[in-house]
Amino acid sequence: MDLTINHFLTLSAILFTIGVVGIFVNRKNIIVILMAIELILLSVNINLVAFSAFSGTIEGQIFAMLVLTVAAAEAAVGLAILVVYFRNRGDIAVESVGLMKG
Amino acid sequence: MELIAFYIFAAIVTVSALAVIMAKNPVHSVLWLILTFFTAAGIFVLIGAEFLAMLLVVVYVGAVAVLFLFVVMMLDVDFVELKQGTLRYWPFAGLIGIAFIAEIALASFARGSGNMAAFDASPGADTNTEAIGQVMYTEYFLLFQMSGLILLVAMIGAIVLTLRERPGVKRQNIAAQTSRRREDAYEKVAVEPGKGI
Repeated sequence: MDLTINHFLTLSAILFTIGVVGIFVNRKNIIVILMAIELILLSVNINLVAFSAFSGTIEGQIFAMLVLTVAAAEAAVGLAILVVYFRNRGDIAVESVGLMKG
Repeated sequence: MELIAFYIFAAIVTVSALAVIMAKNPVHSVLWLILTFFTAAGIFVLIGAEFLAMLLVVVYVGAVAVLFLFVVMMLDVDFVELKQGTLRYWPFAGLIGIAFIAEIALASFARGSGNMAAFDASPGADTNTEAIGQVMYTEYFLLFQMSGLILLVAMIGAIVLTLRERPGVKRQNIAAQTSRRREDAYEKVAVEPGKGI
């Protein structure tokens, strides 16, 4: 049996599901939520690269690079917001973020 | 041979991704995340996308993971308290996960998988980097510049968010220093004998 695209798609689906479950399991800990989002983006990248390689076009890898850029930007801004929130409140409990609602 | 390597990598990715979301200590979570990305880079090499694999190592392991580590260690948070009560989220989260994986499986099996066994990650070029470079600065130049703009906005945003003005800090004011004149700096006083100033 050879390596087919289904192998990569299955792995990507498993990784995506782990990321989604991670968001629900670590509802209180926003740092782990951000890490779960990174896992989801990684699974998207695996999907894009697998399709790119198996269809013989390079475009998927270009888009994977864009996803990588956005993931890095998102991590930077998300963690900056987290640091500001911690500075103002002294904890990072996600439940009390709702206090900002008017 | 490739299949064995893929299964080893896939097992490591799955186990370490599970460890990311289940670890008690967020520092361990970050370290598992690094392992996940490293192994994913191995999978990319297996497909033939070497350039993206190296990018994954540089961007994620070198930048994002270190950023996470900094923030986790900088924030003085009682993580044991945060971890309490997560057990009661598991049934719901498991349900969501099963629903997700079932939907994806349904979608992929209902469609019927085409047999795409032959793969070529660097079409029209000898190496993967060359293949990416051929289109990156020509066809997708706008996309390339846009990603640069996104990174710039993220950088400025992070700086603006975390910058704070502390009152009462003494700073060097170069303009005031260089515009000092002789008349401002000293005063000539004729002191009479036997008296102070």
